[in-house]
Amino acid sequence: MPKKRGADIVIDVLLEEGVDTVFGLPGGAIMEVYDALFDAPLRNILARHEQAAAHMADGYARATGKVGVVMATSGPGATNLVTGLATAYMDSIPMVAITGQVPTHYIGTDAFQEADVVGITRPITKHNFLVTDIKDLALILREAFYLARTGRPGPVLVDIPKDITQQEYDYKMPTLKDVEDALPGYKPHYEGNPVQIKKAAELIRRAKRPVLYVGGGVILGEASNELRELAELTQIPVTTTNMGKGSFDENHPLALHMLGMHGTYYANMAVYHSDLLIAVGARFDDRVTGKIDEFAPEAKIIHIDIDPASISKNITVDVPIVGDVKNVLQKLLKELKKKPVEWEDARKSWLKQIQKWKEKHPLTYQKSDKIIKPQYVIEEIYNITKGDAIISAGVGQHQMWAAMFYRYNFPRQFLNSGGLGTMGYGFPASLGAKIGKPDKTVFAIEGDGSFVMNMQDLITAVQYRLPVKVAIINNEFLGMVRQWQQLFYDSRYSSVCLAVQPDFVKLAEAMGAVGLRATKPKEVREVLKKAMEINDRPVVMDFVVDREENVLPMVPAGKSYREMIVSPKQKSEAETMYLVG
Amino acid sequence: MVEEIKAIKVRPQPKSETRKHIIVVRVQHNFGVLTRITSLFAGRGYNIESLTVGKTHEPNVARITIVVEGNERVVEQIIKQLRRLIETLRVRDITDIPHIERELVLIKVHAGEDKARDEIMRLVNIFRAKVVDVSVDTYTIEITGDTEKIEAFIKLLKPFGLKDIARTGVLALTRESAKEGLQDNKVE
Repeated sequence: MPKKRGADIVIDVLLEEGVDTVFGLPGGAIMEVYDALFDAPLRNILARHEQAAAHMADGYARATGKVGVVMATSGPGATNLVTGLATAYMDSIPMVAITGQVPTHYIGTDAFQEADVVGITRPITKHNFLVTDIKDLALILREAFYLARTGRPGPVLVDIPKDITQQEYDYKMPTLKDVEDALPGYKPHYEGNPVQIKKAAELIRRAKRPVLYVGGGVILGEASNELRELAELTQIPVTTTNMGKGSFDENHPLALHMLGMHGTYYANMAVYHSDLLIAVGARFDDRVTGKIDEFAPEAKIIHIDIDPASISKNITVDVPIVGDVKNVLQKLLKELKKKPVEWEDARKSWLKQIQKWKEKHPLTYQKSDKIIKPQYVIEEIYNITKGDAIISAGVGQHQMWAAMFYRYNFPRQFLNSGGLGTMGYGFPASLGAKIGKPDKTVFAIEGDGSFVMNMQDLITAVQYRLPVKVAIINNEFLGMVRQWQQLFYDSRYSSVCLAVQPDFVKLAEAMGAVGLRATKPKEVREVLKKAMEINDRPVVMDFVVDREENVLPMVPAGKSYREMIVSPKQKSEAETMYLVG
Repeated sequence: MVEEIKAIKVRPQPKSETRKHIIVVRVQHNFGVLTRITSLFAGRGYNIESLTVGKTHEPNVARITIVVEGNERVVEQIIKQLRRLIETLRVRDITDIPHIERELVLIKVHAGEDKARDEIMRLVNIFRAKVVDVSVDTYTIEITGDTEKIEAFIKLLKPFGLKDIARTGVLALTRESAKEGLQDNKVE
């Protein structure tokens, strides 16, 4: 084989891994790779900020299930990736980040644009590498892809000094076996212990008040069909986390929707009263459990997860099953079918009780024909897209409304930063999603605070003619912080007022996008209709909404489900505390 | 609103005592692997009492012995997080498995007067330690043993005035004679 330049080896591996799109921004240390990209059959989406590039790669990965690739130069290019990597790491999103580094002989000399990127990103990546020898380059890159997409997925970073991208080497493409041999300690459990699966089946047969508690693992593990089969067979209601949305059709009669801090009344009541909780690809996050001592106090817990470290981390479980969720659910179904039970009879009274809870406090809000309610905007987005759009959200009140008032029915439909809670995520992620799924309508539901954190990349959307629909839920506040200040800090609105902000319509127009605005409820539908007709560039919709609307229900942080605030009338701490009979 | 909930119920949480654990980790000996381990401890707020690293007979495999204090729950998390590192080959908590535990310590102690010199020599003999350097007013002593023995020896030397101490940290190997105890701490 003829010798190849390091930069060309990088491109070769990307092609070998089936990559057709990378997201990034060039700079000094990664110029050689961008030079190789120039005539490669790969496209680079030129983001205007590396953080946005990382979120684009993340959105692309979440929407397609493929590994998202982001590239940046050394120093500030790489440090700008940090938030994007941490976001992907918390939500277990498969990503590979390739960063340029100063030449090998300059490392450690405080050279221009030098930063210890491997050191900085160590705790926020599944693994990372610094390439020190061109002989290792191809193997390391292949290891990075392998690690990113197998086991519990996550972002992997490869830092390549500039001289290595410039050297030439007579290399051979490493095989999968080479990769596995290079990682002798990396052996994800896929199978699931049969004894534990048997135990789980027995608990399910005996349970009177079971609930399935489902997280993002079901989406990552492509196990939605198995989940539906299990729920329908055993007649167990399903509640999902924010990350699990889309894994189970939310219009299904067994759907309880989201649980936890902003979970539905009926989901939280069902979990609180359950005698068996089956956690599937979820990790008992504090936003889910609230006060851990009082979380599902009477339930036995079955926990299915691919990561042993997630099990019994926050809560002690009775039947842990380490394995790939799809694989484990298939085996569990097989086991359950061996000894069938009269499931419908067994669940009758439990499902009836849940129905009562659903009727008592359905997910709702106070409607208005004078002022736009943020929830109304989400409902109208749902209606106009017929529930079929991919929705990506920023972080804050609008994110929760997008989670609550859009009904998700397929996996990879709802993209948001569940773990890290990264403001500014939604819009750039929507660009990645649109690139990965060009035939889908993609909405970015953003807050006015969240959107401005990455709005510079509107120009990227215009450049690549990405017709994403950006719906800004504009309440001129950092709304979630304001809500907490109102509820827990005596309405002292410290540094949350965003009354001074750009004219989003003009801003969109200045960028070459379309800008629309609705200030009255009757204008909402019209604006959405117009937006849906535009197919050659992004649309920014400014929905001026009720400024002090709160996200409810709400379980205050660290509190028990019994302290849930259900209606907007009970605002004070005192009222909520006396909810216990 | 949540009137269906009549009485406060609490999930029973298992209790366990805090004690010293010896964790043995075998890793691929790549550069940066030690940083990964120490930053894992630092980032999650676990306290390392001692940590020793060395090559093994196998190429590119290093062995790390870590002593930590914690209850079962914390130690289980530590072990799982260590296993999660890509370069980790094997992790074992050998605290409750029969094992040999040794630490090597160099101690520089004041020994100016004859009386002190005699007394220190007696202790050195009793503890089967060794004087490895002598100056006009100090002895430097080498001692190996388990933590208990070392602590006892240091305590007895303290009144003479300690000038400096260098400790390797604990090294440990399981006893081959107790092979049936050698099971990996699996989650399941």
